[in-house]
Amino acid sequence: MEASIQNRVQDAIDIDPDERTFRVARSSYVDPDIYRAEMETIFSTCWLYVGHDSELAAPHDFKIRNIAGRSVIFVRDGDSKVRCFLNICPHRGAQVCREREGNAKAFTCIYHGWSFGTDGGVLHVAEEDTYARGFADSADRDLVPAPRLEEYRGFWFLNFDAKAVSLRDYLGEACVYIDRVVDQAELGMETVGAPQEYSMRANWKLLAENSTDILHVETLHATYLDLIRTNSDGQIKRGRMEGNSIDLGNGHSVVEREATYGRPIAKWISLWGDDAKVEIDEIYQRLVDIYGEEIAIKMATYSRNLLIFPNLVINDIMSLTVRTFQPTAVDYMEVSVWSLAPVEERDTVALERRLTNFLEFLGPAGFATPDDVEALESCHRAFAANREAPWNDLSKGFRGPGDDAIGETKDEVPQRAFWRGWRQCIENQITERLP
Amino acid sequence: MNRALQTRLRVEEFLIREASLLDDWRLEEWGRLFTADCRYLVPNLTGDPYESPTRTLYLIADDSHHLAERIKRLCKATAHSEHPRSKTLRLISNVRILEETPAHLKAVCGFTTYRSSQSSTDTYFGNHEYLLVPDGDTWLIEEKRTILKMEALRPHGRLSIIV
Repeated sequence: MEASIQNRVQDAIDIDPDERTFRVARSSYVDPDIYRAEMETIFSTCWLYVGHDSELAAPHDFKIRNIAGRSVIFVRDGDSKVRCFLNICPHRGAQVCREREGNAKAFTCIYHGWSFGTDGGVLHVAEEDTYARGFADSADRDLVPAPRLEEYRGFWFLNFDAKAVSLRDYLGEACVYIDRVVDQAELGMETVGAPQEYSMRANWKLLAENSTDILHVETLHATYLDLIRTNSDGQIKRGRMEGNSIDLGNGHSVVEREATYGRPIAKWISLWGDDAKVEIDEIYQRLVDIYGEEIAIKMATYSRNLLIFPNLVINDIMSLTVRTFQPTAVDYMEVSVWSLAPVEERDTVALERRLTNFLEFLGPAGFATPDDVEALESCHRAFAANREAPWNDLSKGFRGPGDDAIGETKDEVPQRAFWRGWRQCIENQITERLP
Repeated sequence: MNRALQTRLRVEEFLIREASLLDDWRLEEWGRLFTADCRYLVPNLTGDPYESPTRTLYLIADDSHHLAERIKRLCKATAHSEHPRSKTLRLISNVRILEETPAHLKAVCGFTTYRSSQSSTDTYFGNHEYLLVPDGDTWLIEEKRTILKMEALRPHGRLSIIV
C-alpha cells in the first residue's frame, strides 16, 4: 500500500539527533506524485524569478519565459511599466506571442487575429460587431496577468498565488546578500548578452542542492582548480575556506566564503597584469569608502552562493551569474543562466575579465559546469535504486535540529535549509487545502 | 580540375582530417592545427554570433592559453563529463571557400556531430567558420568559429566536447 502524499513528504527527511544525522529519501527526487505535489504547492505559491529589469531596456521590449510550465510574456509597456501576462489568448487559447523576444507594440494571435497591447488590453476582436455590445470592453477579453509581479533591486519575480506574502517578506534575510551583490555596481547591474540555455536530465532539486554546495568543488571541479592555479601562479590555497554557510529561512540559503580565484570586484590575480591591479585596488577603495572595511572585504574578496527557494541562484563567485531552472518533468529541467555586470563596465577591460572568468567556470561549455551536469544526471540515474538504497546523507556539520542556522563553508547547512523549506512549503499548502 | 575546385578539395581534406582527430580523441594533435595566437569561438545560441566576446556572453571564447588548458582538461580523467569518453562522429559537408588571399583563406562548412554517452545520444549541428593561414602545403587555423543552430542546448545539457 502506497503511503499518502502527506506521509511521503513528512517522511522525506529523517533526522537522528543523537547520531547527528540528517537524511533525505531518494524517492523524493523520482516519485511522480511528489513532483505533482511540488507543482501544485511550491511552484504555484512561491515567488518565482522571471527576469532582470535591464532585459527590458526600452518600452515594448518583451521576453517570453517559461515559468513552472506556463509560458509568460515579460514586457515593458508603453508607459515603461514592467508587466507579466500568461501567454494565452483569452479567445481560444493559442499563444499570442510565438517569438522568443523582441520589441512589439501589439501581440496578435495567429489563430483568429485578436490583438493585445503591451499593457495586456485587447485591441482587436475579430468581427466584434457580431458580439453583444461592450463585449471587447470586459477585462475578460484582456490578457491574463500573472496574479502577482514584484521586484527587488532589479530582479522581477511572479507569484501564481494572489494571496502570497510580499516578495520582500518572502526574501527576508536573503535581501542582505542580494544588496551585497547589487551594491558592488555604481550605476546598477545589467545582463550581458542573452542567457545560456541548457538542461539537465535530473530532478530540479539536485541543482538547488548543488548551487550552494562548496564541498564538491575540490573533487568534481579538480580541472577548474588546475586552471586557476595556472592563472594565478599557483597562489590558490586548498583545504578549509574561511566563511559560513547560512540558513536564511523559507528554504533560502547562502554560502559566503573567501574567494579562491580572481574577482572582477575586486580581487586581483597575476594573469590580469599590473595595470589591472591599480584598477582593482581603486574599485576596492571605493567600496571601503562607501561601506567600510568590514563589508568591503566581504563584497570584494568573498564569494556568495545564494539560493532563493525554490529555483533561483545568484552566484557572485569568479563572475556574477543568475541561474534559474524550470522542471518540466520529474527527471528533466530547463536551465537558464545570465551573466550580470555593473553598467559602468560596458566597453571596458573589466567586462572582458568578468566574461573570461565566467566562461572559465560557468556555462555548459565551461571548465566546471559540464561536470556538475554529469554528476547530477549520475545521481538521478542512480536514484532508481532508491528502494534498496533509500537515503541521501546531508549530515555534514549537523549539530542538531535546533542548532543548524549557520555552519562552516563546506557544511551541508544550505542543503538542509532547502529541504526544511521544501517540506514546510508543501505541508503548509496541503494543510490549507484540507477542509 | 579548375583551381577553385582543387582548393575546395584540399580544404575538405583538411577539415575531414580535423574531424577524425576529434573523433579519435587525439586532442593534442588537434591543438597543433592552430596558430600561436589563435581563437576558438562558440557564440551563444541566441544573439548575434559575430558580436565580440569581449562585449557579450559566449559559450566558448578561447584564446591560445585557454584552448591549451581546455585540451589539457579534456585529457584528464578528472574531466568527468568526458570521462569515460563519449563516442562521437563528426560529419562535415557543404564546404565553401569564402575568400582566398596569399595570406588567408576563409572557409565555412556545415556539420552534424553526434555524441553518445551514458545511454543518451545528442545531435549538435551548425556551421564551422575558419580563418586559415598557409603553412607549407597545408594550413593552420587562426580562428575557428562554431555557430550552433539548435534553439538551445536542450536536451544536450552540455557542450563538453570540441564539437
